[in-house]
Amino acid sequence: MDENASARLTRRALTVAHRVGLFLAMLLICLPGIWIVLSSLRPTVEIMAKPPVWVPQQLSFDAYIAMFSGIGKGGIPVLDYFRNSLIISVTSTVIAVAIGMAGGYAFARYRFRGKSGMFLGLMLTRTVPGIAMSLPLFFVYARLGIIDTHFGMILAYVALNIPFTIWLIDGFFRQVPKDLAEAAQIDGCTRWQAFWQVEFPLARPGIASAAIFAFLTCWNEFALASQLTRSVNSKTLPVGLLDYTAEFTIDWRGMCALAVVMIIPALTLTYIVQKHLVGGLTSGAVKG
Amino acid sequence: MATVSLKKLTKRYGNIGIVHGIDLDIADREFIALVGPSGCGKSTTLRMIAGLEDISGGNIDIGGRVVNDLPPRSRNISMVFQSYALYPHMTVRENLGFSLKIAGAAKDDMDRRVAEASAILGLDELLDRRPSQLSGGQRQRVAMGRAIVRDPDVFLFDEPLSNLDAKLRTQMRTEIKKLHAKVKSTVIYVTHDQVEAMTLADRIVIMRAGHIEQVGTPDEVFSRPATRFVAGFIGSPPMNLHEATVSDGRLMFSGGDSLPLPAQFKSKTSAGDKVVFGIRPDDFYPAGHGLSSGGETEVHRVELPVSITEPLGNETLVFAEFNGTDWVSRMLNPKPLKAGDRIGMSFDLSRAHLFSAETGKSLRD
Repeated sequence: MDENASARLTRRALTVAHRVGLFLAMLLICLPGIWIVLSSLRPTVEIMAKPPVWVPQQLSFDAYIAMFSGIGKGGIPVLDYFRNSLIISVTSTVIAVAIGMAGGYAFARYRFRGKSGMFLGLMLTRTVPGIAMSLPLFFVYARLGIIDTHFGMILAYVALNIPFTIWLIDGFFRQVPKDLAEAAQIDGCTRWQAFWQVEFPLARPGIASAAIFAFLTCWNEFALASQLTRSVNSKTLPVGLLDYTAEFTIDWRGMCALAVVMIIPALTLTYIVQKHLVGGLTSGAVKG
Repeated sequence: MATVSLKKLTKRYGNIGIVHGIDLDIADREFIALVGPSGCGKSTTLRMIAGLEDISGGNIDIGGRVVNDLPPRSRNISMVFQSYALYPHMTVRENLGFSLKIAGAAKDDMDRRVAEASAILGLDELLDRRPSQLSGGQRQRVAMGRAIVRDPDVFLFDEPLSNLDAKLRTQMRTEIKKLHAKVKSTVIYVTHDQVEAMTLADRIVIMRAGHIEQVGTPDEVFSRPATRFVAGFIGSPPMNLHEATVSDGRLMFSGGDSLPLPAQFKSKTSAGDKVVFGIRPDDFYPAGHGLSSGGETEVHRVELPVSITEPLGNETLVFAEFNGTDWVSRMLNPKPLKAGDRIGMSFDLSRAHLFSAETGKSLRD
């Protein structure tokens, strides 16, 4: 066999191996999700079976029907939880992204005293585990009377997200050449117009990713929410999962159904926003 | 169309002075080049005129109006950046029309002016592309188009050609010159390339370390450099500059060689003066291979060994050893030479320069 033929064969074999490897990796990543969806559709006996039943014997939407059928009939106030989750997540994301944009822009563009110290300080707050903060936070909130309110949750989540949004958005503004804002000012823009017309559109992928991350953090957060919420006034979906645990039993199927209900909006939102995540938008601005 | 006048213009960052009180008057429709080595304050000066940099002292006057504290948009200037600074999320058309859009121009007026600029610069086929789909030279043209669409009083160019390759640079240089002939605006052009400055500008401002060394026409700065720095900066290959001491009507070099003191400097120096002798490669040439200027009244001939040659086709740069170092000379109608050959070299002393070793100032006047 000549050299070229064998090289071609090797390349083909590598492509196949590559695809098989990717498939296995994706399977591994998707398995928990698939398992949750499957578990929400089958009886507890099958969920708990050992060895596991891979191919479901019977599927039903009972858990979903029960979930929405009201208290007393195996249901939970899922619409309230959903509303709480949505209000808290969206509001705190909007605030965190707005502050993150202002802060990120300032860190990227301006020189000021104590800049690196401040930046480090912001990052250090991320090193404190959320659960460690929950008890002190609980005391403070109890004193202020903002336990079990949307406001309290939004405040906590904004604080949780700001360091991250600032850090991420800072990086994206750094990639937007300074010359562009200056060119815009020469072209007749005010500082403010230059930001909105030129710098903001170019940093949009970064702002979109910061928004997704912030939203998902709030949407999925459990540790703090479980301490700071009590009733349908402010309980979020992750906390709502606990409704399926009784003193001696856990309704795994119901819990999985609620988990699916939680995952769908998050997945949808990510899908919608991801088209803004196209990178490389700044290419061609300056000599590159 | 406007004059620009800088009075005692100063820039400091904390205690570090960048521009030390420069004065400059630029006439309406004049093409001025600010030239100097990097860090000389030329770009900072331009940015101060643009309003992108606050001034620490002095006055900037554009068209008879003091603009010291006005934002860039109120100065009616436009600027071409070294990096082009095209808006990557807009098409060429949108890039060109951006300033008009911000100013709230009517749609048909905007289209007309974009079309005009695009016609001048030959951008018609590129109007719907984005900057990332353009080559370096095309981006450069779009950047210039964006500047002319505004019909500004003053054009500012910040090293606009330094990102282009040598061939394109020469081509764009010609285009800029044509453009100036067409639009007839005042132009302030910053470059570190003295060839660009010489070829484009009506007057050249040579800057060093935040000071203006000399302002003059290309011919003036070339043939009558005011300082040793200007003499060394303008001209390629650079002027031969060597320290000497005046003694007995001769220039004594440290290596032991000497030359007669050029006649025009006899009254301006006295014995013992420390000076810098300068002679351009064009005025120091292998005998019979120089420019016959006709005014060669004061030629001094020496036989010198050749240390190296650089043939350029129509001419050859000959490095001849004099006083222990290599002096560069320009040989017209070149003939083949080898290292080590001894040839008769002519110093046209009537065209030599003498600078004070202490102050660097020319002793000519």
